[in-house]
Amino acid sequence: MPGTEIERLIQLLARLPGLGPRSARRAALHLIKRRESLLQPLAEALSAAAEAIRVCPVCGNLDVTAPCAICTDERRDPGLICVVEEVADLWALERTAAFAGRYHVLGGTLSALDGRGPEDLNIDTLAGRAADPAVTEIILATSATVEGQTTGHYVAERLAACGVTVTRLAHGVPVGGELDYLDDGTISAALKARRSI
Amino acid sequence: MLTGPNGAGKTNLLEALSLLVPGRGLRRARLTEISRRIASDDPDHVRPWAVAARLEAGEGAFEIGTGLDADGAASGDAARRTVRIDGETARGQSALADRVAALWLTPDMQRLFTDGSSGRRRFLDRLVYAFDPAHAGRISAYERANRERARLLRDAAEARRAADPAWATALEDTMAERGVAIAAARNELLRRLNPACAAGIGPFPAAGLAIDGTVESWLDDAPAVEVEDRFRAALASSRAADGAAGGAVTGPHRSDLAVTHLGRGLPAAQCSTGEQKAVLVSIVLANARLRAADTGSVPLLLLDEIAAHLDGARREALFAEIRALGAQAWMTGTDVALFAPLGNDAAYFTIEDARIVGASIETGTMLQGAFS
Ligand SMILES: [Zn+2]
Repeated sequence: MPGTEIERLIQLLARLPGLGPRSARRAALHLIKRRESLLQPLAEALSAAAEAIRVCPVCGNLDVTAPCAICTDERRDPGLICVVEEVADLWALERTAAFAGRYHVLGGTLSALDGRGPEDLNIDTLAGRAADPAVTEIILATSATVEGQTTGHYVAERLAACGVTVTRLAHGVPVGGELDYLDDGTISAALKARRSI
Repeated sequence: MLTGPNGAGKTNLLEALSLLVPGRGLRRARLTEISRRIASDDPDHVRPWAVAARLEAGEGAFEIGTGLDADGAASGDAARRTVRIDGETARGQSALADRVAALWLTPDMQRLFTDGSSGRRRFLDRLVYAFDPAHAGRISAYERANRERARLLRDAAEARRAADPAWATALEDTMAERGVAIAAARNELLRRLNPACAAGIGPFPAAGLAIDGTVESWLDDAPAVEVEDRFRAALASSRAADGAAGGAVTGPHRSDLAVTHLGRGLPAAQCSTGEQKAVLVSIVLANARLRAADTGSVPLLLLDEIAAHLDGARREALFAEIRALGAQAWMTGTDVALFAPLGNDAAYFTIEDARIVGASIETGTMLQGAFS
């Protein structure tokens, strides 16, 4: 029977996506065997991250500065805002280096079944940003799942009053395809072929 | 041929094969139910499970792995079925429809024509999968949007306010787009399948199929884009009624399949049980024939206890048709004598306690994995 500290470590690791109880035990043992080279540096990295990481009050991105480095980057076009579901999608788009505007992270999708309504997503802040006359185009890059499409449709409806151009990423993407799973070429093609809605 | 006493696990093997296509398989079991059946000694512990298969089709051999993985087992009833094709995780079950088609007949389906419409609708949609792999994805998206909307409307009604109109509109847009595509695919299937069914297959009766559905009938006299607008408008105007009913009162999820025994000029439901079964066999064989002519590949046929309910002439005709199609058919039965006309054309496996205890050919070992 493992001691309390080990048991706690295993329980926490088991909550990570992709790790079941068995792989959590393996990971815990792996870490403990490499106390100096892995366990302690990881503990320090985790604690530093917990201390330093901020949610950008403008776009919802994660960074050590607030606003984030993307929102404050003068070289990026402030007229273009790409709307994504999660920070992982923002990262996926950044990997392609195909987009030179700014982002807005909704923080999820609408789902009545899961009890997530418009007030649980960063939609009001987006409407506020869209009202700025400097913003010329909002690109919806929500996923092609039912929830992603519904959310994109809802956001477009809410932004209609602002008079800003709203476009949708041309998903050359299978239904259910989410940005984080796509290869970079597919994403840049989808970005180039976006269409007005 | 899978033979063995009742309860030996023959149908479990067919069920495993039925999970190679999208959906809940031939028992309509939840993923966790399958876990409980596998580990009946400890029903509270949801164990992961998988079906692994190596298949050969026109484009060569490939492997499918599908089941409930460790993450899924931990999330219980909310879990989704994992699908891997050649080791790569697919984004959803719909990917299976691109690779495999399967049709099945089970003893439960004897009541298909007399029971409620949901069974007939699923039967119809499985017939569509064999021609239109995107159909499975459409149906799951449509059903998801319908459930989301029902919850949205119910929550609003309980709070005595109107549902957020932009949210409801967004869901109705998905339902209209996918719903019309579902209806169009069903109509298209019938347009092609009806001539094949009307011819009849040997001693199996000629059958006529029709869809009793609002959206399907709208498509008869208007182009799809117009029907989409019409369905969208119908949904928008029936929010109160739909909220109270727990789902849209109109739509392709309410459609029914009407089957006529052409020889008798009677609805299938009014024929004897034996004739109803023969009509079903007739439709499944016609569908398999059509797909073979269309794509060059024949669906897997999973026929549970089929021989017991057919007379000798029909049994022989069924076996002859399976041979002519070159179909891979998996049949179960307690009485091996009924399969005598198959002779050496079939491989025979004896099943006891969910294990293969005897096989007529050496490749029987290929089946061991399915049970271990
Ligand atoms: Zn930012």
